[in-house]
Amino acid sequence: MKIKLEARGQDSRLISYLSPVLAGVLTLIAGAILFAALGQSPLETLYTFFIMPISDLYGLSELGVKAAPILLCATGLAVCYRANVWNIGAEGQLLMGALFGSWAALSFLEIEGFWVLPVVLLAGSLAGALWAGIPALLKTHFNTNEILSTIMLNYIALNCLLFSVHGPLKDPDGYNFPESALFPDWVTLPILIDGTRIHLGIVFALLSVAVVWVFLSKTFVGFQIQVLGNDARSARFAGFRDKKLIWLCLLISGGLAGLAGVSEVTGPIGQLIPAISPGYGYAAIIVAFLGRLHPVGILFASLLMALLYLGGEMVQIELGLPLALTGLFQGLLLFFLLACDVLIGYRVRVISRVSAGGLEPVLLTNPTQ
Amino acid sequence: MDIDLIANIIFATIRTGTPLLIVALGELVCEKSGVLNLGQEGMMLMGAVVGFIAAFHSDSITVGFICAMLAGISMSLIFGFITMNLNANQVASGLALTIFGTGLSGFIGLAYVGKALDGVEAIVIPGLGSIPFLGTAFFSHDIIVYLSVFMCIFVYYFFKNTRAGLIVKAVGESPESAQAIGLSVLSVRYMAIMFGGAMAGMAGAYLSLVYTPLWADNMTAGRGWIALALVVFASWRVERVLLGAYLFGAASIVNLILQGYNVSISPNLLATLPYVATILVLVALSSNQAKVKMFAPVSLGKPFHRSN
Amino acid sequence: MLKTRVIKAAIAALASATVLLSAQSFAEATKVAFVYVGPTGDAGWTYAHDKGRQYVEEQFGDKVETTYVESVAEGADSERVIRQLAKSGHDLIFTTSFGYMNPTLKVAKAFPKVAFEHASGYKQSKNVGTYFDRAYEGRYLTGVVAGKMTKSNVLGYVGSFPIPEVIRGINAFTRGAQSVNPDIKVKVVWVSSWYDPGKEREAAETMILQGADVITQHTDSPGPINAAEAKGAYAIGYNSDMAEYGKTAHLTATVHNWGPLYASKVKAVMDGTWKAEDVWGGFADDALILAPFNDAVPQDVRDYVNAQKAAIVDGSLHPFAGPVTAQDGTVKVAEGEVMSDGDMLGFSWYVDGVDGALPK
Repeated sequence: MKIKLEARGQDSRLISYLSPVLAGVLTLIAGAILFAALGQSPLETLYTFFIMPISDLYGLSELGVKAAPILLCATGLAVCYRANVWNIGAEGQLLMGALFGSWAALSFLEIEGFWVLPVVLLAGSLAGALWAGIPALLKTHFNTNEILSTIMLNYIALNCLLFSVHGPLKDPDGYNFPESALFPDWVTLPILIDGTRIHLGIVFALLSVAVVWVFLSKTFVGFQIQVLGNDARSARFAGFRDKKLIWLCLLISGGLAGLAGVSEVTGPIGQLIPAISPGYGYAAIIVAFLGRLHPVGILFASLLMALLYLGGEMVQIELGLPLALTGLFQGLLLFFLLACDVLIGYRVRVISRVSAGGLEPVLLTNPTQ
Repeated sequence: MDIDLIANIIFATIRTGTPLLIVALGELVCEKSGVLNLGQEGMMLMGAVVGFIAAFHSDSITVGFICAMLAGISMSLIFGFITMNLNANQVASGLALTIFGTGLSGFIGLAYVGKALDGVEAIVIPGLGSIPFLGTAFFSHDIIVYLSVFMCIFVYYFFKNTRAGLIVKAVGESPESAQAIGLSVLSVRYMAIMFGGAMAGMAGAYLSLVYTPLWADNMTAGRGWIALALVVFASWRVERVLLGAYLFGAASIVNLILQGYNVSISPNLLATLPYVATILVLVALSSNQAKVKMFAPVSLGKPFHRSN
Repeated sequence: MLKTRVIKAAIAALASATVLLSAQSFAEATKVAFVYVGPTGDAGWTYAHDKGRQYVEEQFGDKVETTYVESVAEGADSERVIRQLAKSGHDLIFTTSFGYMNPTLKVAKAFPKVAFEHASGYKQSKNVGTYFDRAYEGRYLTGVVAGKMTKSNVLGYVGSFPIPEVIRGINAFTRGAQSVNPDIKVKVVWVSSWYDPGKEREAAETMILQGADVITQHTDSPGPINAAEAKGAYAIGYNSDMAEYGKTAHLTATVHNWGPLYASKVKAVMDGTWKAEDVWGGFADDALILAPFNDAVPQDVRDYVNAQKAAIVDGSLHPFAGPVTAQDGTVKVAEGEVMSDGDMLGFSWYVDGVDGALPK
């Protein structure tokens, strides 16, 4: 038996919708086998993992709380990736947003006013954008590979945050514990639905989806970005100023990541602590790809990613399954999703002598060719 | 500061740098072939846990290392299949590999937490080991330290003097032309990815079998990412990886040593040094177009579409 | 490990959670939850708490159901996890890391009928109690052991972060060592991490190179024990008995013994007598124990340490009984007085005998 990939020539629209479904089915099957092997009821476990966390309003609201920072980062990354600018630095940009947002917030401990919160949010977004400006500068002036520079900047940002929270921004009345003072009410994002943690940051995230969508599909600059990504040479022939576009992409992306960071500290956390982000910026990279770099796709992908985290907590609480299992399961789903995407651009030919060749080749064969 | 102490600091620096060196060598070969694998951390953790379990049951460090390398290779094959055969994005797949490896290693290691192994005896090289100062600093390490230096020499020689090394570089520089002259881009990249996996597994096992002989969740503590920086810092040159690994090793312990002398620098700011240095090197290299062509593999991280 | 804790929750449990909660007194088992900051496999802090959870299960059998959630990040996630546990009908929730302080208080406000216990914090409320163990008593005794066993008179201490809990341990250790050996110096190296086996090992080795011959730690991995074992120094463990990692080096350890404390809290909830209070248990309450001595510790030292321990238990010895002199020579606690709990909770200075300055 032999499996062969053939280029379709044109991406399959149908498959681009079907492939996540296929990946989902494969993950469910793999998960069921895994859970059964551990002596758990597969159906009950899958139910606990995927349905139970969002079975009520509170669960849904938490899904939003968890998805918001990922979504903000990922929409920004999509703009970059569309232009072939490989920003891996959303994590660092988010942390910088949180750091400078907190710094601003702590400077307003004594000053109350309706304008304070916008200033704080702006400070965070600007910090994120400026942090993303570094790789933009390096790329446009020195031709430095942005994948590598943004990875380095993530670590520098993390250490700057740790330095600040262990040092200058530490709560003076906090017994030397590494955390800042709690932010006052007027520097805290308002809660939209009582009894939940749905905060204004979620609105920002949804707005970013809409704005980026319109920006990419309806504006001339958005069009230029797409051309730059598809074919840098023709973009230059067409007279697009590619350096300017690179700057723009990175600033947008960094600004959104910074907004995500400052929304976390002024939202659900309410103070600056060392553990602002459990890897949102990295999760956003995966989400951006899962969402096919399309804002709406990313919206769904970020919800799925958030659900994976929530589900992992839920099976620990309800079934006592270890956390490591969740990581394993998440990894599996991501692999399946990434792997199934191949079907969009390629069709699979199974040259088979054995008809009972197993599940996978059968599933992989594209029936609509 | 007496001379003995300096010798011991050099000793500690080399030991701290060794796991970085091993994993960075693997990543170097991988990147030279044009593949960027961000799954180092996941592969290292799998190497660490599998190596520990194997050594625990077999009472043999050698068996531990072999199994660790096999575990690293298996992990890298997953990455290889998804990125090479299925053309998935390398960055996303690498990150997914790290998530997967962290979870899987924690899961299979559950029963081995709190177990201990005997460490590895140092091998004092006869003659050289008894030279004052130099003996302590350079010639009384464990076997893996020596082995890692030999690996460096091997990889250096491989790229400099062998046809196979040339092929790997050619594939990394221009997969299209490599294919045009009849080379199998896929097989070459697969080999490079597997080598990277084996090295990552070995580095992980170094941590769980030699450095701190125990298994604990997430015990690599970000070393896979430092190795990534290291390869760039070294501008994809083997001899600089060797030097850089020890520099990075020194950077991570220098603040501990200084504290002993009551010199206090913020450990967090100090921890940024390797990354800042890496960016500077990156800028210095890439600002010169001709130079970057000599070192950084041109096709790094870009998917290669076979045209049959 | 999976099998020891089969926690079967019917899918419908979520819906009926509130019913369970109000009906707890005459029906189901008491549900107790634990929120951990690390993996249960860290061999340190979380491991010790999980031992406590297992103790509760052994003590109460099927009258209790325990749940734990591990590696809960101290950011926005912790509040959701704690809330989820409160919502799913748990009667008593232990949050076992300092970073959970504010999230615990927030959730507790919304669930006034659920009892919360937060480890190592300083804020209480109507249904949030705090608890900790007087680990400094163990530190003092292990300091005595170190003071007796050292030949170089230099002791090494691997620190995590300079917060009061850690400084208190360093000070108690130093005073214990000084009580038997006035020439003692304690070196401290901060690794800025609770958990990094490699770095902890390097920190310990650095101090050994600089003359320390007994190493102890306030971090979570056995890295420092490995270092002492390899370098022929002695080591004193923390969190749990770490003898496994240093057969010749490991002299003893200060071991958290959360089991009895957890059991008493669970009992109080079962009986309906639970109140939010600040519990700080020491040797007298079995909240901590000393790990068995290594063969290297001579009998007279063991006898002496055991006598000192008895004195701590009966109250005649206090590790911070005056005079307590700070590093700069000022007398912080006068002769005849004993340091108050409040002052000990806020330690931000070294006692005389600690080498080096406290990082700001």
